Amino acid sequence: MNQMLQYTNTIIDLLIVGVLIIGIRQFRAPEQARRGNLTAALALGCAFLLVLFRNGIIDIFTVVISLLAGSVLGYAVARRVNMIQIPAMVAFQNGAGGIAAFIVSLLELTRGGVHMPFINQISGLLGLCIGSLTFSGSMVASAKLANKMRQTPQILNKHSFLVLVNGLALVIVGLAALFAPPNVRVPLFILQILLGLAFGVLFSIRIGGADMPVLISLLNATTGLAAALCGMVISNQLLIAAGATVAASGSILTYVMCNAMNRNLGSIMIPAARAPAAGKEQAGEIQGAFTPFQPLDHPEQEEKREKDEVDELTRAAQVLEKARNVIIVPGYGMAIARAQFKVVELADLLEERGVETMFAIHPVAGRMPGHMNVMLAEADVDYDKLLEMDAANEKFPETDAVLIFGACDVVNPAAIQTEGTPISGMPILMVQEAGNVIICNYDANPGYSGEENPLYEDKKAITLFGDALETAGKLIDVLALTDR
Amino acid sequence: MANLFLMTGVFILCFGIGYLLISRVPPLLHTPLMSMTNAISGVTILGALLIFSHPTSSFAKILGGIALMAAAFNVVGGFVITDRMLKLFKRNNAGMDET
Repeated sequence: MNQMLQYTNTIIDLLIVGVLIIGIRQFRAPEQARRGNLTAALALGCAFLLVLFRNGIIDIFTVVISLLAGSVLGYAVARRVNMIQIPAMVAFQNGAGGIAAFIVSLLELTRGGVHMPFINQISGLLGLCIGSLTFSGSMVASAKLANKMRQTPQILNKHSFLVLVNGLALVIVGLAALFAPPNVRVPLFILQILLGLAFGVLFSIRIGGADMPVLISLLNATTGLAAALCGMVISNQLLIAAGATVAASGSILTYVMCNAMNRNLGSIMIPAARAPAAGKEQAGEIQGAFTPFQPLDHPEQEEKREKDEVDELTRAAQVLEKARNVIIVPGYGMAIARAQFKVVELADLLEERGVETMFAIHPVAGRMPGHMNVMLAEADVDYDKLLEMDAANEKFPETDAVLIFGACDVVNPAAIQTEGTPISGMPILMVQEAGNVIICNYDANPGYSGEENPLYEDKKAITLFGDALETAGKLIDVLALTDR
Repeated sequence: MANLFLMTGVFILCFGIGYLLISRVPPLLHTPLMSMTNAISGVTILGALLIFSHPTSSFAKILGGIALMAAAFNVVGGFVITDRMLKLFKRNNAGMDET
């Protein structure tokens, strides 16, 4: 009878995992993805009810209050955030998953004590580490993405050494906790958590700016792992299955992001040599977009600059008027200038005038995988108009004009033409193959990599420096004045 | 020991299936995908719930409450925000061939 019950339970667990997988499978196409998300939510809901049904809950009051508080808070925050805050929000939720994972591991380890099977104890200790480092790492990432912390990498004195020492300490304390007498185990568990927290901070503070998509994908994978380990402590197959799927997803995204930058994970995790380059971004792309434009001191120079600007604007308008097809390349600069709606307005205007207008999206544009797609979807762009890198690169040679808004490294031809730069070998959007390139960046400073962009000097290039929002507005005004 | 094999087996199998399915997700949907898998990682809510199925100290109850709250925040927030994002993805001119 008992055997029978166990089989039924296993089958029910499998069914729930099956539903979860069906949900993920629907993410292959945008039309079905929404249903996929709901399917996955349904699977988790069923799993929740199942656990309630199988196990009597003793302290209903605490459970209901905590659940309500968490759900209401989660719902309220999720309703409010806008699409530019998504990376910070996802990182924050990741942290919430991490904290839940290490608390559950801690409580189960203390409750089970030395009588717990060895394998569950090991999983529990790993769960403590991974959970706590995911928590602190995600909080740092979230603070960076929400601009509550400097976005550039912060490298401490002997940073790699500190990471190594911290890592070793984690292993030693873990082993000690495994073989320690029962009365010193709990303090060792706590120490393990503290070390894990420190480790998470150490590895995430030295990643910044354009490398954030890698960090956030990696943390996605570690939360999955933490959940799976948590499942191993309590021998719950559902937790293991769901955690493993998340870990797989995070790993794939990490791999895709590294590939899109032609860098290996190691060089992103240990970016010691990139410190000066990162400093330049501070002066350029990132900080620049938040400080108001500083006019030049000398009146003649300013006059000349204005004249140049008008010339360039007229040239840009002429190019756009004659163009039959245009591809817009958005970068994070567009996002921080909050210019996506204006840019889409410009695209719509071009479409109205019979110009075929598409968007080309580099995989690492933005601050998390696929960030630009969401930003443009929010601005009501048809997803058929969002081109992936390879598709866009096929189209550039027959494109009359490319409009770049706040993107630098992802269109930098130095990546394929020059050896030995930080971005050499990185696949780029080959905008230089189009007829004309209109660059609407804040200034001519290099992007995150610190590598000068030769595109600015190209004969085909028309540069409109300044705030992307204003530039898009000016282009709209000029185009609206001219009839086709 | 059988337990170890079962658990490792489940992990490897699900990692494999997840890997196969997720490598087919287009880059267009990478942000919602990450957001949804993030919500799924809040499955630790089950573990947090199980804490309350045994008699525990009040200290453990407080910690368990925090875990439940954090996990609920993760699950509910994750699915809601993913839904909001996916609602934004539209195809304006070809609404007819949707299934």
